[in-house]
Amino acid sequence: MPLAFPYSAIVGQTEMKLALTLTAIDPSIGGVLVFGDRGTGKSTAVRSLAALLPPIEIAAGSAYNLPPAEGEAAESVPTPVIDLPLGATEDRVVGALDLEKALTKGEKAFEPGLLARAHRGFLYIDEVNLLEDHIVDLLLDVAASGENVVEREGLSVRHAARFVLVGSGNPEEGELRPQLLDRFGLSVEVASPTDIAERVDVIRRRDAFDRDPEAFMRTWEDADRAHREAILAARARLGEVTLSDETLGDAARLCVALGTDGLRGELTLMRASRALAAFEGASEVIRAHLRAIASSSLRHRLRRDPLDEAGSGARVERVVAEVLPA
Amino acid sequence: MTGAAAWADAGLAAALLAVDPGLGGAVLRARAGPARDAWMEMFARLAADRPMVRVPPGIEDDRLLGGLDLAATLAAGRPVRSAGLLEEAAGRTLVLPMAERTAPGLAARLNAATDRGADFTLILLDEGAEPEEAAPAALADRLAFRVGLDAVAMADLEAEAFEDVAAARARLGSVEAPEDLARAMATVAAALGIGSLRAPMLALRAARAAAALAGDAAVDDDAAALAVRLVLAPRATRVPEVPEDDAEEPEQETQPEPEEDRDREADEDREDDARIPDDVLLEAARAAIPPDLLARLLAGAAFRGPGAKGGGAGDERKSKARGRPAGSMRGDPRHGARIDLIGTLRSAAPWQPLRRRMGGGGDRVLVQADDFRIKRSKRKAEKVVIFVVDASGSAAFARLAETKGAIEMMLGQAYVARRQVALVAFRGDGAEVLLPPTRSLVMTKRRLAALAGGGGTPLAAGLAAAMGLAEQARGRGVAPYLAVLTDGRCNVAMDGTPGRPQAEADARQVARALRVSETRALVIDTGNRPSASAREIAEAMGAVYLPLPRADARALSGALGAAMEGAA
Repeated sequence: MPLAFPYSAIVGQTEMKLALTLTAIDPSIGGVLVFGDRGTGKSTAVRSLAALLPPIEIAAGSAYNLPPAEGEAAESVPTPVIDLPLGATEDRVVGALDLEKALTKGEKAFEPGLLARAHRGFLYIDEVNLLEDHIVDLLLDVAASGENVVEREGLSVRHAARFVLVGSGNPEEGELRPQLLDRFGLSVEVASPTDIAERVDVIRRRDAFDRDPEAFMRTWEDADRAHREAILAARARLGEVTLSDETLGDAARLCVALGTDGLRGELTLMRASRALAAFEGASEVIRAHLRAIASSSLRHRLRRDPLDEAGSGARVERVVAEVLPA
Repeated sequence: MTGAAAWADAGLAAALLAVDPGLGGAVLRARAGPARDAWMEMFARLAADRPMVRVPPGIEDDRLLGGLDLAATLAAGRPVRSAGLLEEAAGRTLVLPMAERTAPGLAARLNAATDRGADFTLILLDEGAEPEEAAPAALADRLAFRVGLDAVAMADLEAEAFEDVAAARARLGSVEAPEDLARAMATVAAALGIGSLRAPMLALRAARAAAALAGDAAVDDDAAALAVRLVLAPRATRVPEVPEDDAEEPEQETQPEPEEDRDREADEDREDDARIPDDVLLEAARAAIPPDLLARLLAGAAFRGPGAKGGGAGDERKSKARGRPAGSMRGDPRHGARIDLIGTLRSAAPWQPLRRRMGGGGDRVLVQADDFRIKRSKRKAEKVVIFVVDASGSAAFARLAETKGAIEMMLGQAYVARRQVALVAFRGDGAEVLLPPTRSLVMTKRRLAALAGGGGTPLAAGLAAAMGLAEQARGRGVAPYLAVLTDGRCNVAMDGTPGRPQAEADARQVARALRVSETRALVIDTGNRPSASAREIAEAMGAVYLPLPRADARALSGALGAAMEGAA
């Protein structure tokens, strides 16, 4: 396995990095959608995130990443970051009859799919907007229920499948169904940096990485470790961060002013701002936290005018400035 | 660029790729023929240590990623795994024929493998005939070179003599690049309108490889210019302005830096050699920008392949492989079908005692070729609505705004129904595909807004262009549907010459051809009064005719939507 590019060495893209960090602190935020141009480091960021996450404890040899039961042997594995490639068959995603056992022993056994492997980790879909509809249906259902139910080929299997969805794509290539959009907790837009100096930095760092990955990793090791520790510390603090009624009111007013559908928006606002407060070491969520994550929490939940070119990010910014003045 | 020059560049690309496989690979855009064969031979010779492996276009996951070897498993009675092609490809050259038809799934897997640093060189054989037909953009973005061989003649095909590739490879690690090369590449890429940052990264790598190939210890102007010509120029989306005029852009960036740069270079000794002026590189780029760039930009198709759009090239109705399951049938599971295991075992079951007696052994299930059942699945056919818009002077000023309004509303409906849309406009002396089928409303809206009216009415050309798109769509398994918005008063013939009688005869002829091809269509008469000519065209096409005199955009869109639903 070749080394992944160090997370801390990614130039710029602060919104995307913050969103990924927050979701690592509190997976219940519900994933990140990264929309933007090609070659802006979307996949690099997701893949390097994996290296930042602390390992999880699973029952030894569990194919479903189940936590060990009392007294059961445990093993420590890296937090799974599973790729769901375009064109994956339903079999591969949900799991299927284990061909091996069926053919050789005549046994009816279940071979877990990608959803099982992604349990307690991340499921990454590159070009998520090109994913086939029947796979999207399946994901929507599992993401909502946290459980994968397989009823096929004489099998009746159910197993827990709670994962953080991370999707990326290029909006010029196609739209995403609103139902799927809504499943992503945070949505960020990335663009190629327009600043030449920043572009040069990106190129130089990548070049240095390609020429001598080990040396480059050593340079960034400390920064990555610090970031990982900050994530862990924020996780530990998360429960103690308080949310005042005033801040809750702010969140509600913001959602009403924007006309977002359902309560997912408010929920995400609360969770994301709490994770941000914990990350910053604050003991209470304040308006500044809300303001910081409002765009990424809400821009994909607006009742959408498909022909509105200005983008919903701008709409959120405007309403935030009105409803929640600094 | 002359054929000889194109061939020389193609040769250099092959050599650089052989020197540094980290450059990813090349898109070879050419028809099958002697030039392509010669290039492949040359590359095989240069990179003799990286044997070529062809990837069959319809490769299945099992073969690509590895999986259970069905035949061997059955024969041995124990699981036999086969290594996937991607595993085997390490240290080799993967050749992907018919790259313009690469299924999104295959492209996605190759992308992921490249991102994870898999060690293979990828050659995409792109035989696309139309600008819209091209290798998947996301995949091409990861490969350094675009090699075009169309201009190359037989006489040009001389073997290029290159310095020893092995020696160049040995040198590669120690090739020094001037400090500001990264900045120069970034500046040039920006000036050429290249958004992706992979391009300047690859250009930087290519410059080092070029220096190594030339036997130099450091990247000089020539090596940098070559990298720009081979890597950046073919990706240009705009022609850079002449240096006198665009003084601001590079200047802005160099101003804060010079002193710092100079210090660094002083450390690195050779001050003059180390500095690579942007204008030299830009000049190299400008000279190498493909001559048809402008045409492609106008077609809006520059480096945007079908793979780049929602529901792209691979979206055929592979009824055996995709979609929801719908029963099973007897068949061979090796041809991209999914085996229905239970069905297979069930059909094998009754014969077990007999087969065992006939000499089968042990306690394993005896399955024969006859027993195999494969799954059938059904998949909703995708639809594309091709809007054919009359943007001529006769229609333009009165109705074009309303027509645009109607189309925008239809687009809203298409978004909800997940239909693709395409846009053809005709005016002046011909028709133009403004937008090949896409699901992106943003793009459609942009193209539509930019559509200007005026000129004659070449209805025949408009219908012919739409017919071409419809054929392409059918080829991809997408059902086409035409919505023609015109007043039917055509006055420009197929060949672009003015004259009403010929124009009408041509239009009717294309309309009849559309009818023969059984393309479902709707003609909306956008004239002020219903006209006989529009009705005749609709009849010739076998299309639904809707006269909509003085209808506003909302009424128009309503009728359009109703007619579509009725027919769909």
